[in-house]
Amino acid sequence: MLSAFVPSAVTASTPSLLIPAVPDLVWGSLAFILVLVFVIWKFLPRMNAMLDARSDAIEGGLKRAEEAQAGAQQALENYNSQLAEARAEAARIREEAREDAKKIRAELVEQATADAARIVANAQMQIEAERTSALISLRSEVGTLALDLASGVIGEAFDDDKRASAYVDRFLADMEMVQSAEAKAKANR
Amino acid sequence: MPEIAINTSTVFSVLPFVKGDTGGGFQGPSIDEFFPGPIFFAGTPFELNRIMLIRLLVVVVLFLVLVVGTRNLKIVPTRAQVVLELVFGFVRNGIVIGTLGEKNGKRFMGVLMTIFFVTLGMNLTGTIPGLQIAGTSVIGIPLLMSVIAFVLFIYAGIKQHGLWYFKNALILPGLNPAMAIFLAVLELLSTFIVRPVTLTLRLLMNMVAGHMLLALCFLATNFFFFTVLANGNAIGLLGIGTFAFGIAFTALELFVAALQAYVFTILTAIYIQMALAEEH
Repeated sequence: MLSAFVPSAVTASTPSLLIPAVPDLVWGSLAFILVLVFVIWKFLPRMNAMLDARSDAIEGGLKRAEEAQAGAQQALENYNSQLAEARAEAARIREEAREDAKKIRAELVEQATADAARIVANAQMQIEAERTSALISLRSEVGTLALDLASGVIGEAFDDDKRASAYVDRFLADMEMVQSAEAKAKANR
Repeated sequence: MPEIAINTSTVFSVLPFVKGDTGGGFQGPSIDEFFPGPIFFAGTPFELNRIMLIRLLVVVVLFLVLVVGTRNLKIVPTRAQVVLELVFGFVRNGIVIGTLGEKNGKRFMGVLMTIFFVTLGMNLTGTIPGLQIAGTSVIGIPLLMSVIAFVLFIYAGIKQHGLWYFKNALILPGLNPAMAIFLAVLELLSTFIVRPVTLTLRLLMNMVAGHMLLALCFLATNFFFFTVLANGNAIGLLGIGTFAFGIAFTALELFVAALQAYVFTILTAIYIQMALAEEH
């Protein structure tokens, strides 16, 4: 390229490309210094601050995400342990309830059985009493009736009470013996 | 040092398509493109011409991008912020920390970032319609930044190794004295002279050549269409070709603008890294 640049003495009026003129240096230096000031004063600090803030934000974001994840994990574990506890508790309560129910049922059954036995005993006692009273009244009535009947038949009054009642009693005892023999035979059959 | 300048008539009279029979009126781009007339403060050290104004415009745009544009940075970025972060991350991680490491990278981050943005901004004006000349296409800024790079890597070396840095940089151990002296001279040349010179010239000449190329393509297109074709000469249709080349070279210049910003910054970083590591 320099071959196109012909050294020449006759072009003294033309300025040289390689010799700087004073204004060229003045304005060139001024321009450079101004840009240097821009770069050092504002551009670099601002860019660096922004890049630092960005890497902070990214690192902070990552850290926050990790913390959130750890928190979530913790919460999940808490939840799971609580759930397990609750399940155990529920099972325990259910078991207790079952035991209680069993106990209550047994008690009730026992009580009912006792009640029933008591009622049955009462009833039997009552029946026995009534039977006894009925038997007594029946016995006297039947005696009187039979004596009246017999008086009528034989035309003789059993005036002698002593004799009459002995007679009746013997008669009734015979009847009872017959009855009990019949009952025994029925039972044997 | 002999004064080097472009003699435009010598250059463009040998170009094949500038011939007498096409009308002879073609005026190619000249060295004067880089030295426009003064607009403000003529004759003072603060003389402002078009290119100086373009530089100041770049400073304003960089102010808007670097200062105003970063007033409200979000942790969740907007689209514009994504682009800015992309460029920032590329320079920060790809160039500075990738070369110098985390610790030393941060020491030189500010100035290297500035070199990148100044170079990129000033280079891009070469293709922006209406501006169409790079702020780095006059030697002031490339030279200034090369001096800064030069000072930076010597500073880094001295800070790291004290004055032994120069011995380490120049003298290779385990050689016989004659060889050592010979290599020391070579090292002196390559480290302390060739580095700043190449830094300056690589950037400057890329921008100068790019501008010349674009100007040539578009001036030729203009000439073919409005002089040759307007005179009824069908050879003026060559203007289509030169215009296509102009578009292609514009795309190329965009790439070169970014590439040169990258190259200048990473070379500065590498020089600093070498000075820090210099150990023989």
